[in-house]
Amino acid sequence: MRRAGALFLALVVLLAAACGGESDEAPTLAEMEKKFICPTCQTTLELSNAPIAERMREFIRARIEAGDSEGEIEAALVDQFGEAVLASPPKEGFNLLAWVLPLAGGAVAVAAVAVALRRWSRTRSEASPVVSGAPALDPDLERRIDEELGRFDG
Amino acid sequence: MARRVKLILQAAAVLVVVLLVVLLGWKVTQQEAGRGLSDALERGERPYPPAVVFETLDGEGVIRLADYRGKAVVVNFWASWCEPCKDEAPLLEESWQRYRDEGLVVLGVDAQDFRSDAQRFVERYGLTYPIAFDGHGSSLGRFGNTGFPETWFVGRDGRLVGQHIVGPFDREQLEENVQAALATPAR
Repeated sequence: MRRAGALFLALVVLLAAACGGESDEAPTLAEMEKKFICPTCQTTLELSNAPIAERMREFIRARIEAGDSEGEIEAALVDQFGEAVLASPPKEGFNLLAWVLPLAGGAVAVAAVAVALRRWSRTRSEASPVVSGAPALDPDLERRIDEELGRFDG
Repeated sequence: MARRVKLILQAAAVLVVVLLVVLLGWKVTQQEAGRGLSDALERGERPYPPAVVFETLDGEGVIRLADYRGKAVVVNFWASWCEPCKDEAPLLEESWQRYRDEGLVVLGVDAQDFRSDAQRFVERYGLTYPIAFDGHGSSLGRFGNTGFPETWFVGRDGRLVGQHIVGPFDREQLEENVQAALATPAR
């Protein structure tokens, strides 16, 4: 039960990290270039020299100079080009599934392995004889084994 | 009880996989439908264009191809950052001015672009024909477009006619296809 609690806590921490808000610092062009996809070539802006990518860079630069936050720039670009312009899906609504499912899947897999290991070790311990609690040998059989061993040593 | 939970989990997993396969199939079908239009035209068939609802460039209305039934339509996909589009725009305006009284409509679809850039483009080239805005580019796949510019022609009966022109056209090519579209009988 304690283990399940720890697992749940770890999952919550991971989710919180994944869903963390934006930084208060002003964004840089280099950072923003990694966050957006060029609509015509489907690569991030930093890897694209397409005309529309150049135009998007110019737009981002102007918005940074105007003091816009990362969220405001993102909202403006999504308004123009749709959510497909984002390199990673937004952490809200249906798209949150893209963030939560892999983590939840990982947690379920870890839990499944833990349960399987526990069952396996329990089955093994039940199947193997416990030496300390083993019944004593038949005295006649014990005497015969000693005789045979003595003959073998002699 | 544990057996029942196991069965429910297995059913849920199968359901998720089936849903993903259906989603993939739908996406592929959509793309293939667009590609199929061009192939059908080349085979001499006349398919209907996709029933796309476009937003107007000013964002205050919608444009449907079905609204132009009875007219011949040139559908030109363009973007302000596209160099050949700058050469095509005056030819399209000229054609629209010449044939609009005979029932020609030129519809420019600005896609994957900034709305403000598109508005400046329209002002700069003095375009007066209807302009739709598809910043998301969602109509491109439905037509099977792969770049800019691309041009389609719709007959008066609402079916595609002539050529699907991939890349820039010249005056003769535009005229030939406009005449083919105008020559189709309205249903």
